[in-house]
Amino acid sequence: MTAITNDPPAIRRRWLDFALAFARRQPLGTFGLVIVVVAGIAGLSAEWIAPYNPTANDFAAMTEPPSAAHWLGTDQFGRDLLSRIIYGARTALIIGFVSAFIGGFAGLILGVGSAYFGGWIDLVLQRVMDVLMAFPLIIMALAVVAIFGTGVQNVIAAITVPLIPRCARVVRASAMAIREVPYIDAARTSGFSHARIIMRHMVPNVVAPFLIMLTAFVGQAILAEASLSYLGLGVQEPVPAWGLMLQGGAEEYASTAPWIAVFPGLAIALTVFGFSLFGDALRDAIDPKLRER
Amino acid sequence: MYRYILNRLLFAVPTLIGAAALVFVLMRLIPGDICVVRLGGGGGVVDPKAVAACHAQLGLDRSLFLQFVDFVVGFGRGDFGISMWSGKPVVVEIGSRIAISLEIAILSTVVAVMIAIPLGTLSALRQNSWLDHIVRTVAIAGIATPSFWLGIMSILLVLEVSQLATGAPWMPPIDYVPLWVDPLHNLSIVILPAITIGYRYSAVTMRMTRSAMLEVLREDYIRTARAKGLLEQLIVNRHALKNAMLPVVTLVGIEFAFLIGGLVVTEQVFNLNGIGRLFVQAVQNQDYTLTQALVMLTVTIFVLTNLVVDVLYAWLDPRIRFG
Repeated sequence: MTAITNDPPAIRRRWLDFALAFARRQPLGTFGLVIVVVAGIAGLSAEWIAPYNPTANDFAAMTEPPSAAHWLGTDQFGRDLLSRIIYGARTALIIGFVSAFIGGFAGLILGVGSAYFGGWIDLVLQRVMDVLMAFPLIIMALAVVAIFGTGVQNVIAAITVPLIPRCARVVRASAMAIREVPYIDAARTSGFSHARIIMRHMVPNVVAPFLIMLTAFVGQAILAEASLSYLGLGVQEPVPAWGLMLQGGAEEYASTAPWIAVFPGLAIALTVFGFSLFGDALRDAIDPKLRER
Repeated sequence: MYRYILNRLLFAVPTLIGAAALVFVLMRLIPGDICVVRLGGGGGVVDPKAVAACHAQLGLDRSLFLQFVDFVVGFGRGDFGISMWSGKPVVVEIGSRIAISLEIAILSTVVAVMIAIPLGTLSALRQNSWLDHIVRTVAIAGIATPSFWLGIMSILLVLEVSQLATGAPWMPPIDYVPLWVDPLHNLSIVILPAITIGYRYSAVTMRMTRSAMLEVLREDYIRTARAKGLLEQLIVNRHALKNAMLPVVTLVGIEFAFLIGGLVVTEQVFNLNGIGRLFVQAVQNQDYTLTQALVMLTVTIFVLTNLVVDVLYAWLDPRIRFG
């Protein structure tokens, strides 16, 4: 049996072993993770790696096809598509992660709290969740945009709200099974506060389904942001966003400059594909029951 | 069974009332006065008398409680009031656009089921084979691809193929003709949007079919059927598929209810005047009566579909109705 040590090289080795085992067992998931990491690096270092200013118009280079100067071509305003896609990764990931994290954590607290307290609190919360769940994500997002207006912060709010009940539902189901476990009873009889029991004893036990859901949420949020921006109700010009890049010009120039439509859509699909593959692999790695399915 | 249906119906009522309350409050949170926006579109000075008359016409001069009661009673009677933008009854606005959306929704479901069930079953039967890997990748790609981009790509493909084949580019028509008037024209309008939405929809169903089939194929009665020497085709069709379809039916129902979300964006791509496009226009025009009616319509479709699915599920699986 290997002794568990806390020295940094040993911890690093453990993580490395886990990463290598994950890569061996889940090649598709690793591929997904690579896509996510590449998108993350592109978003974080956009200023350094983007060849052009993403908002600078160049009327001498309008709708230019992919070339050595513009690897992915230019749009109808002469803006470099590669640069806009790199900066667009930042917008997509910020909105994706912030919406998923806020929506996810709010859902986690509500879901675990609902299961822990039970009774009328659970009944009321679940009926509220029923109502919220009856709204398709994009419809609820459109309703929120109608109130708060467009822009990055409002889009984040619009996407976060519908994610909360979806997370609360799944987390509650897992938390219900833990509620009756003897160590929760023991914690109660020891006089621990509700907050301590929820945060220290229940939340860690529902982390597995929560993490899996979080990766799915990031993908869903990216898709929702792209849809809202495409409809003209999300991120507004001149912020580079993938959905916005597909609005207007992409359809108008579909036959003469198809690259305007092809590359931003590929960026969305590939990034969400990466999150989905990674999420699936994470589920298989965390939940052994699902490994053979 | 009747008791079960009644129970489910009673559960649906508070959800609908809750949704109505939420929609009503959300619409009243929208900043600004719709009458001022409508009358002072150009930014000029608005006559207070005209604003008061507009408030009276739209019922906005009454208390919030009375407005809510009006909204719920009207909703129950199928009367959603007058569109704040066009001035036409909301029912007329929705009625003139619902046929195309409904047709696309039904056709998308057919496309999705036709793709998902055979491929999901095959994938489960050949677990971990190259076919399984391809099907799973196609399914994840379907979930990851935005339907509006798929729509743009399908238009692009049709343009290119028709250009190559006939020398002239062909675009799907946008003027809606009912199926019974000109079936060919009708199909040429709805087939691309239906495939676009259907592919995404099939991806989710395909994963569920595969997962449900894998679970059923490991059951003891399947092993017994194999041990008896029953034909594999018979085992799959009669014993496995029938039982695996239970969760799939539920998912198809839920996804159908959520199709409206997909329609909002896809109708925009194909320039179709359905209720999805009407929704976007209502939000853009700050037409609150129309927006709240459309949200309520979506929620009602969702609740009713769930009800039908629950009843169907109970009918298919006696353990549920007697549980």
